[in-house]
Amino acid sequence: MAWNERVRPETDASEKRSAGKGVFRKCDGCGETLLAEVLENNFEVCPSCGAHHRLRHDGWRRLILDRGELVEWDRHLEPADPLQFSDGRGYRERIASAQKATGATEAIEIGRGHIDGLAIGWGAFHFTFMGGSMGSVDGEKIARLFERATAESLPVVLLQASGGARMQEGILSLMQMAKTVAALGRLREAGLPFISVCLHPTTGGVAASFALLGDVNMAEPKALVGFAGPRVIESTIRQTLPEGFQRAEFLLEHGMIDRVVPRTSMRAEIATILRHLRR
Amino acid sequence: MSRTLPFEQPITELMQRVRELRVVADGDARYAGELRRLEDKVSKLARELFEELTPWQRVQLSRHPRRPYFGDYLERLFDEFVELHGDRLYGDDAAIVGGFARYPRGPTGRSVMVIGHQKGRGTKEAVRRNFAMPNPEGYRKARRLMDLADRFRLPVLTFIDTPGAFPGIGAEERGQSEAIGQCLLTMSQLRVPVIATVVGEGGSGGALALGVANRVLALEHVWYSVISPEACASILWKDASQAERAADVLKPTAQMALELGAVDHVVEEPPGGAHHDWDGTARRLDYALREALAALDGLGEQELVDDRYRRFRRLGAVHA
Ligand SMILES: [Zn+2]
Repeated sequence: MAWNERVRPETDASEKRSAGKGVFRKCDGCGETLLAEVLENNFEVCPSCGAHHRLRHDGWRRLILDRGELVEWDRHLEPADPLQFSDGRGYRERIASAQKATGATEAIEIGRGHIDGLAIGWGAFHFTFMGGSMGSVDGEKIARLFERATAESLPVVLLQASGGARMQEGILSLMQMAKTVAALGRLREAGLPFISVCLHPTTGGVAASFALLGDVNMAEPKALVGFAGPRVIESTIRQTLPEGFQRAEFLLEHGMIDRVVPRTSMRAEIATILRHLRR
Repeated sequence: MSRTLPFEQPITELMQRVRELRVVADGDARYAGELRRLEDKVSKLARELFEELTPWQRVQLSRHPRRPYFGDYLERLFDEFVELHGDRLYGDDAAIVGGFARYPRGPTGRSVMVIGHQKGRGTKEAVRRNFAMPNPEGYRKARRLMDLADRFRLPVLTFIDTPGAFPGIGAEERGQSEAIGQCLLTMSQLRVPVIATVVGEGGSGGALALGVANRVLALEHVWYSVISPEACASILWKDASQAERAADVLKPTAQMALELGAVDHVVEEPPGGAHHDWDGTARRLDYALREALAALDGLGEQELVDDRYRRFRRLGAVHA
């Protein structure tokens, strides 16, 4: 599945309006109108129904990492345009506008942080940056994450939110799947744990490379996790897909992930698992 | 799909004429020189025409209904093939075929593991092979055979020819993503020489799952990319019929893959394409495979793993 195949928007569709003093937002789950501040303080989880809305990457750092602190690695890497790709609008132009809109240089951040005082290698996809699609820079960063974690004896926690490999870099995006998984192999050989966290959505080339190869695989409630996009499957088999298909709970039922973990207990769970795996 | 693509019509007709003349001449020595000159002329013409092919025309050739498939190379290049079935978990996927074989043919042959996507000829067989779109069982079988090859130190030769891994309900239920990911991981760690050849379609992750090799070869008229032109077009312009335009921007050809380092060597096809001469195509591929295998001969187990790691590690376009 390519990065920009439509995935049902979550936060984007949430209604924003001013009423009196505060800004209100409507929950995508139960439709209740909530103070925006309440949702933000609760890491975008609805206090009434528990629906998970998209959390920005700075929110993820605050949620998982000690003091929300990350020493970022290799932020300076920027994409090239190996195919001079243009579909009317050039790839370079798309990159520039994604950078402007998100403040990120690429679709993934990597670095070193701590969870309960334990140093970890950290990676997190920015879904808002071209659908979290994996191009050369992203593949390079993930490979460096696994390599550096291997060299520094760090466990890796990686948060995926990606539509898959990035179409605009053609075969080079495909090659990132092999490159990242080979680097993961080195981390495994060094006996270091890899905790994979699948956020909404995790599909295509990211799902079919490292995302489901965690020593422990987790997913957020209702996150869409799968190889092919639902639209592609529907048009191939000409059938409507069953309710809940490819959602986190479906993967748990079919034995593909270890745990469905709500955002509110994510940090504690990761910390506990890392303690179990500490040698 | 018609058996002759519009752009290859002139060449196909000329080749047919030469064949007819050869029958008429019936080995008569007086015509031999004239015939050879004519054949050379047609070859030259075919070569010129095919140098100018657009990406989309190459995609069409890679899918030509008379193009040789994995099994056709298996018959021509290997001895003592013993097919091995099943993933030991759920089933046997006919979209991927694998087993022991001897390569090359003749006295220098040694045991190898050979694995490839298998298309079917004719509707019934094509359906049985699921148009070479594997389910997770196919990838798990491939992984099992690779592991077997690793333990018995057999070189692994793979043949890639798939539109992509199958996008179906059962495939998702049984973990298509994980199955492909595990194939990539296992392949990257094999302690034996691994050579992959794209012989037809190299459709995305479903193709790469057999493609993590020390040397990656591609026949001249194949496509290998992150997405098919049709799927690319339906994302870009919501219109799969714009595949030709998508192929122009996606550049999914063997030549581009070579330029970007994803492919190490492009094997030239006989005049007019592989479908005009299966034996000739197999001979050319045989030569390239022997050469690739010989080049890896001196490497030790860890060197083979490291060589493969470096090969993929440097792929990408990054501004530092
Ligand atoms: Zn709610």
